[in-house]
Amino acid sequence: MIEQVDTVKRQKRMADLRDKRHKAEVRFRRIGVAAVSVGLIFLTVLFGVVLASGLSAFKQTYVQIDVAVDAEGDNYQGMVKRGLREYFPEVKKRRDKRKLYALVSSEAPYRLKALVEENPGYRGKAVSLWVRAGADVDMFVKGEISRALPEDERRLKDRQIAWVDSLEDDGRVETRFNWHFFTSGDSREPELAGIAVAVLGSLFSLLVCLALSFPLGVLTAVYLEELATRNRWTDFIEVNINNLAAVPSIVFGLLGLAVFLNVFELPRSAPMVGGMVLALMTLPTIIITGRAALKAVPPSIREAALAVGASPLQAVFHHVLPLAMPGVLTGTIIGTARALGETAPLLMIGMVAFVVDLPETILSPATALPVQVFLWADSPERGFEERTAAAILILLAFTILMNLTAVLLRKKYEIRW
Amino acid sequence: MFLKTRVLAVAVAVTGAVVAVSMAGVAQARDQIKIVGSSTVYPFATVVAEKFGKSTPFKTPVVESTGSGGGLKLFCAGVGDRHPDITNASRRIKKSEVKRCAKNGITDIIEVKVGYDGIVMANSKKTEVFTLSLKDVFLALARDIPAGEGKTIANPYKTWKDVNASLPDTRIEVLGPPPTSGTRDAFVELAMEGGCKTFKWIKAMKKKNKKAYKSLCHTIREDGTYIEAGENDNLIVQKLNANPKALGIFGYSFLDQNADKVQGSVINGQKPTFENIADGKYPVSRPLFFYVKKDHIGVVPGIKEYMAEFTNDKAWGEEGYLTDKGLIPMSDEERADWNGKVKTLANLNM
Repeated sequence: MIEQVDTVKRQKRMADLRDKRHKAEVRFRRIGVAAVSVGLIFLTVLFGVVLASGLSAFKQTYVQIDVAVDAEGDNYQGMVKRGLREYFPEVKKRRDKRKLYALVSSEAPYRLKALVEENPGYRGKAVSLWVRAGADVDMFVKGEISRALPEDERRLKDRQIAWVDSLEDDGRVETRFNWHFFTSGDSREPELAGIAVAVLGSLFSLLVCLALSFPLGVLTAVYLEELATRNRWTDFIEVNINNLAAVPSIVFGLLGLAVFLNVFELPRSAPMVGGMVLALMTLPTIIITGRAALKAVPPSIREAALAVGASPLQAVFHHVLPLAMPGVLTGTIIGTARALGETAPLLMIGMVAFVVDLPETILSPATALPVQVFLWADSPERGFEERTAAAILILLAFTILMNLTAVLLRKKYEIRW
Repeated sequence: MFLKTRVLAVAVAVTGAVVAVSMAGVAQARDQIKIVGSSTVYPFATVVAEKFGKSTPFKTPVVESTGSGGGLKLFCAGVGDRHPDITNASRRIKKSEVKRCAKNGITDIIEVKVGYDGIVMANSKKTEVFTLSLKDVFLALARDIPAGEGKTIANPYKTWKDVNASLPDTRIEVLGPPPTSGTRDAFVELAMEGGCKTFKWIKAMKKKNKKAYKSLCHTIREDGTYIEAGENDNLIVQKLNANPKALGIFGYSFLDQNADKVQGSVINGQKPTFENIADGKYPVSRPLFFYVKKDHIGVVPGIKEYMAEFTNDKAWGEEGYLTDKGLIPMSDEERADWNGKVKTLANLNM
C-alpha cells in the first residue's frame, strides 16, 4: 500500500520534472527566435536606411543648355554662362546671375571644351548639349529638397526653383543612370564625385595583400602543422600567432608607418603599402584557419601516402594540402573580406586622402572603399549624404560577394570524412 | 588535386606581377603634388586641387587631412620625394615648428594666408536662437571661474540661466571638437580667452603670471557639460538635430551648408553671417594658411601654378569659388599683399 503511494508520487514527480524540462526547452527556443528576430530587424533597418538614402545616388539629373560657341578663343566658362543668360534674359543682377550659373555643374565648361576640341566644326555655331545639373538642383529634382520649406531654410532659392520648373516644362531636365559614379575619382562637387579611385585602390591593396599573405600563410600553416617538431620554440610561435590575430588593426597601421614608410621609404598613400599592412593583419587569420583545415584531413590519408613510399613532403603537397584547400581558401577569403573593410591602418599610411586621378600602378596614390565612406561622411555638402550611402552599398556588395564565394567554395569542394 | 596547381599558379603569377609593377614604380620620381594638413582647410584645398588638375596639364594634387599639427610634423620631416610639398594649417606655424623644420634642412618656407574661417555655436532650428556674450561662453564652459578678485572656484553652473539671468533655463550641454582639433584651439583662444579677459584682474594677470592666466582661461570643464563629439562636424550637426537643447561648436562652412537644420548663436551682438565674419565684427574667427616647401619648387612640377590658382581672385576673391564653399575672403589690400608675397616667393618671416 505504502509502496504503491510512493510509486504514484514518484511518477508524478517525474512527470512534473519532465514538464519543467520541456518548458525550459520551449522557453529557450523562444528566446533564440526572439534574439534572431531582433538581429534581423536591426539588419533590415540598417539596410533599409542605407538603401533608401543611397539608391538616389545612382541617378543623376542632366540639364540641356544651348551654347553659342565662339569662333575662336577658349573662354568656355564664359560661353556656358552666356548661354544660360540668354535662356533666362530677365536675370540682370550679379547675385541672381551667380544663382543662375549654379544650375549647371562646374564641369559644364570642360564638357563643352572637350566637345569643341573633338568637333572643330562647332566653332562659331550654336550647340545644344546635356550637362550635369548642379548638386542642389540634382537634389531638388530627386525630391531631396522640399519645396514646402521656407526659402531661407533651403539651399535652392525660389527663383532657382522657378528656373528649374521652366526648364522642366521645356523638356530640358532628365535623370539618367549615373555611370560617372563608377568611372571617376573623388571630387569636391557631389555631382562629379565617383568611386573608381576607391574601388581600384581597394582592389590593388587586396591583390598585394593576397599575393603576400596567401603563400606565406599557407606555407607557415603547412610547416607548423605537418613538418615542425613540437618544442618550446614552435609553442612560442603559436602563442604569438594567436596573439597577433587579436591585435587591433591600428597597431598594424603604426607598424606600417614606422617600417614601410620611414625605413623602406615607400611612398605615402600607395595601395602597395596598404596591401602590405593589410597582409600583416590577415596573415594570422590565414595561418590559423589553414592549420585547422590541415588538422581536419584524417591521418589515414597521410599514412596511406607514406605506406606506398611517398616522402613526407610529397604526402603533404600531393595529398593533404589539396584536400585541405577548400578550408584554407575559405579562411583566406574571410580574412580578405575583413581587410576590405579596414580603415584604421590605412589612416596612418596616408590613404585617407583626396585623390582624383585613377591610380595607374600600385604605387600611385589611391584611397580605399571604407576610407571613401569616411571622407564623404565628413563633407559639409548635402549631396554627399547619398554618395556616402551609395559607397556603403558598394562596399557591402563586395563583402557579400566575397563571403558568398567562400560559402560556395566550401559547398562545392568540401569533403566530409 | 587540380585545385592545388591552379591556385599555386595564380598565386605565383600575382606575386610576380606585383613585384614587377613595384620595381617599375620605384624608379619614377614623383610628378604629383602632395598636400597634408588641417581638416578645416581641406575642403578649400581640395576644391583648388581639383580645378588645378582639370585646367592644367599637371596631375591633380593628393590632399590628405591630417590636422594642422600633424601636417606640420610631416611637412618638417625633411626635403625630398617622400615628404609633402605643402601643408595646410588653421593657425599660424609655431616657432618650435620652424625650428624643427630648420633642423631637418627646410629653411625656406613660403607662407600663404588664404582667408578666414568663423567658428559658430549653433543649435537646432526647433528651439530659440541663443544670444550669448563671450563672457557667458567662458562662464558656462570654463573649469574654474573667478569668484571675486584673485579667487577662483570650480564651475558651479548647471543651467544657462545660472550663467546669465536673461538666458533660458536649460541645462548647459555643448558638443564640440576634441583637443587635437585646430577648431578647438581657435575656439579656446578666441571665445574662451575673449570672455576670460573681460574680468579686469584676470587681464592684469596675463602680464604677471602667464601660466596661471592660460590655465584659467584655456581650460574647458570636464564634468560632462562639454561633450567631445569628435572631429566630424557633420556628426555634431546631426546630434544637434536629435537633441534640440544642446549647442554645438563647428566651422562656419557647416552652418552655411546646413542652414535648414541649425542656426548660429548671436555672439557679442553679432550674428555669424558671411558679412559679419568678413568684416571682422563677429568675434570668433581665425585665419587659415598654407605653407610651401621652397626646395620642392621646380622639382615637383606644378607647385607654382597651384599657388597661382589658389591666390587667384577667381578662387579666393570675394566672388570666388572658395567663398561658395564657405571660405571668408580677406580684404582687397590683404589679398594684394599676400599675392605679392606668393609672386616673389618671399620667405616666411616670423
